[in-house]
Amino acid sequence: MRRALALGLAWCGLVSASPSPQVDDALILSDAMPTRLQDFGLLVDGKTPAPGVIPYHLNTPLFSDYAVKFRFMHLPKGKKAKATGDGLLDFPVGTALIKSFGYPADMRAPGQDMRILETRLLLHRASGWVALPYVWNADGTEATLKRAGQRMDVSWTHSDGQVRSISYAVPNANQCKGCHVSGAAITPIGPKVRNLDDGHQLQALAKAGLLTGKAQAVRPMPVWDRPDSGSVALRARAYLDANCSHCHNRAGPADTSGLWLDWDQPADTNLGIGKRPTAAGRGSVGLEFAIKPGDPAASYLVARMASTEPGIAMPELGRSVTHAEAVALISQWIREMK
Amino acid sequence: MQAAVIAAMAAAHVQAGTLRVEPGDGAQERLQAALIEAKPGDIVDIGAGRFDLTDGLSLDVNGVTVKGAGPAATILSFKGQKAAGEGLLVTSDDVVLRDFAVEDSRGDGIKSKGADRIVYRNVRVEWTGGPKEANGSYGLYPVESTDVLIDGAVVKGASDAGIYVGQSKNIIVRNSTAMYNVAGIEIENSYSADVHSNLAMHNTGGILVFDLPNLPQQGGHAIRVFSNRVEQNDTPNFAPKGNIVASVPTGTGVMVMANRDVHVFSNIIGENGTTNVMVVAYQSAFTDKNYDPSARNIVVRDNQHGRAGWAPAFPGGAALAAALGGLFPSVMWDGVGGAAANVQLKDPVMTVSLNLPAQGTPITQAQPAAYVAPATAPAKDLPTIVMTAAMEAATK
Repeated sequence: MRRALALGLAWCGLVSASPSPQVDDALILSDAMPTRLQDFGLLVDGKTPAPGVIPYHLNTPLFSDYAVKFRFMHLPKGKKAKATGDGLLDFPVGTALIKSFGYPADMRAPGQDMRILETRLLLHRASGWVALPYVWNADGTEATLKRAGQRMDVSWTHSDGQVRSISYAVPNANQCKGCHVSGAAITPIGPKVRNLDDGHQLQALAKAGLLTGKAQAVRPMPVWDRPDSGSVALRARAYLDANCSHCHNRAGPADTSGLWLDWDQPADTNLGIGKRPTAAGRGSVGLEFAIKPGDPAASYLVARMASTEPGIAMPELGRSVTHAEAVALISQWIREMK
Repeated sequence: MQAAVIAAMAAAHVQAGTLRVEPGDGAQERLQAALIEAKPGDIVDIGAGRFDLTDGLSLDVNGVTVKGAGPAATILSFKGQKAAGEGLLVTSDDVVLRDFAVEDSRGDGIKSKGADRIVYRNVRVEWTGGPKEANGSYGLYPVESTDVLIDGAVVKGASDAGIYVGQSKNIIVRNSTAMYNVAGIEIENSYSADVHSNLAMHNTGGILVFDLPNLPQQGGHAIRVFSNRVEQNDTPNFAPKGNIVASVPTGTGVMVMANRDVHVFSNIIGENGTTNVMVVAYQSAFTDKNYDPSARNIVVRDNQHGRAGWAPAFPGGAALAAALGGLFPSVMWDGVGGAAANVQLKDPVMTVSLNLPAQGTPITQAQPAAYVAPATAPAKDLPTIVMTAAMEAATK
C-alpha cells in the first residue's frame, strides 16, 4: 500500500515537474562532495526522481523511527546491475543509490503533506562506495551536505491518531559507515536479491535492461508485516536480517558480540538461542539469554528492541522510538519457539 | 569545496595538521566534523573546558591524534546523550587518544574496534555519580585489535569493566588506575598481554582474565599480570544480571577463568574479602565444541599478600570458609582438570583446591583440600610484550 503510493507519487511528481533535471554522471564518478544535492541532478524534489532514476522497494525495510522512505537507483548509461545468488546486487561503477526520509503530517494520510528531511546518497566511484548525507531546508527546496550529521525536531500524527514528537537524527558520515560496512569498505545494505524479489520487481528491472543474472531469489524474504507473505518465523528472520544483520553478522561491526542475525544464520547459539551476553553490559537488562525459547519476556533481544535508552536500545542508531509492531512479531516468534 | 566544508565546521586550522576545537555552541557538530575532516597525521586538539554532547562521537581516519588539555581540563560530557552505544568510537588504525576525559556516557566510554596500534594515554573515563547499575558498561573498550597500548588511564564507575580489552592480540595495560568498577581491568578472549604497574582498588574484582564461548576469537592465552596493586576490592557487585562479571564475588583480587598460560606474579594483593587470587573454569553450560572451559598452565608466584577471605561473597562461601577454619583461602583453584591442568600456585599463603571433578559442577559439591602442586616442570617465563616505537613515542 505504502509502496504503491510511493511509486505513484514519484511518477506523478515526474509528470508535473517543470524542467526536469539531468543526472550528472561525471559528478557521480568524480571525487567531489558537492555541498548541494541538486548538483547531481538525481531528483526533482526530495521524493521525485529525475528521468533515468528508478524507484525500487524492499520486501522488509529497515525501521527508522516510522520515517517514510523513498528509494531510487541510477545506473550509468548502458550498464547493468548483476544478480548473483540471493545477496547484494553487484552495481556497476557510476551507480547512485538514493534514499529520502520523510514524515507525512498524518500517518493516516501518508500521501499528503510529506516533509522530506534528508536524502542519503551512496555513490559507487572507482575507489569504492561513498556515503553522503544531505539535509533539506524547511521549504524542501534545497538539500545541503551535512557530513557531521544533525538533529531535527519532528512531529507527526501517528496511525493511532496520537501526535508523536521526536529528535530525529541525521547520521554523520562515520555513522553511515557504521552500518554500511563490510570488512573495511563501505557497501550498500538494502538491495539484496532476496529482499528485492517480490515476484515482479527484479523481472521489471531485467526487462528494462538494467539487470543481468538470475532475476529471482532462491529464498526470497517475506514482507515482515504481511502474514500472507510468510510464517511468523520467516517474517521475524526477515525483520532481523533487514534491521540488525548489517552489524550483527560474522564480518560486521557487531561480529565480536557473537550474535549473528542474518537471514542465512542457522538457528543456533550465534542466532541468540540460549546465548549469554558477551559485552552487553547493562544492555542485558538483567536477562541471561538473547533468546530464551518460549519466553520473550526473558529474552534480552526483545528487551533491547523495546528500549529507547542509549546504551540499551538496539539498533544503536536511527531509532529513538520503539517499533511496537516489530517487538510484537519477534516476541511471537520467540513465544512459539520450542 | 574543501574550504567550504572546513568553514562550515568552523574548526580553524591553527597550524598545518592541527584542527582546534573549543567548547561552546555547536560543540557536537564542530567536534564531530573535525574528527571526520582530519587527515592522516593530523591532530584534533580539543581545548580546555566542558563539552556537552548529545550524540556519540566517532573517528574513522587512520593516523589521527585526538588530544585534550588534560584529563581534568578537557571534559567530554555525555550526560545529555540521546543515542549511540558509546561516547567515542574509533574504527581506524594508528590512532592516539590522550589528555582528555569522557564522563557519563550512556553506553561504553571509549570503544575502539578493529583499530590496530591504538594508544590510550592519560585519558579518564568516569561515571560521576559513583558505582550504579545504570552506568555504562566499559570505560575503555578496545576490541578486535592488534597492538593495544593503554598507559596512565583512569576509569571509575563502569557497570562492567573499567578497562576491558576483548578479542585482541598484543596488549599492554600499564600505569593505570581502575576504581569503583565491577571489574577493574579485564582481558577477555585475548592473546599476549602484559597487565602491569596498575592500581585496581575498590572494584568488585580487581583484575580478571577471562575467556567466553561462541565468539570469533577465543582460546585466551599468554597473559602476564605483574607488579600491580590489587587491594580493597570491596564495592558490592553492581553489574546487571546475566553478564559474566555479575558472577564475580565482591572482594576478588585477581580472577583467571578459562585461559591457558597466565602468569600472575610480583603483585601486591590484599584486603580482598573473598580471595586474593582465584583460578577457575567457565561455569555455565555451553554448546561450542571449539571452546576449552578450564584454566590450564597457570602460574601464581612471588605475590605479596595482604588479608583475604574473611567475607567470601558467593553462595556457599561462608560454609566453605567455616570448613576451612574460618577464612576462605587467599589463593583458590576450582580444581577442574586436575593435575593435567598444570596449575602452579606457589605463593606461601593458604592455598586450596575445591577439587571440582568437572566443568559445570556446582560449588556446593566442592571437596576443598590443601592445594597439591602438579609434578610438572616449572613453567617457562612468557615473553615481554612490545609495542611499536611509534606507539611508545606517542606516550611521551
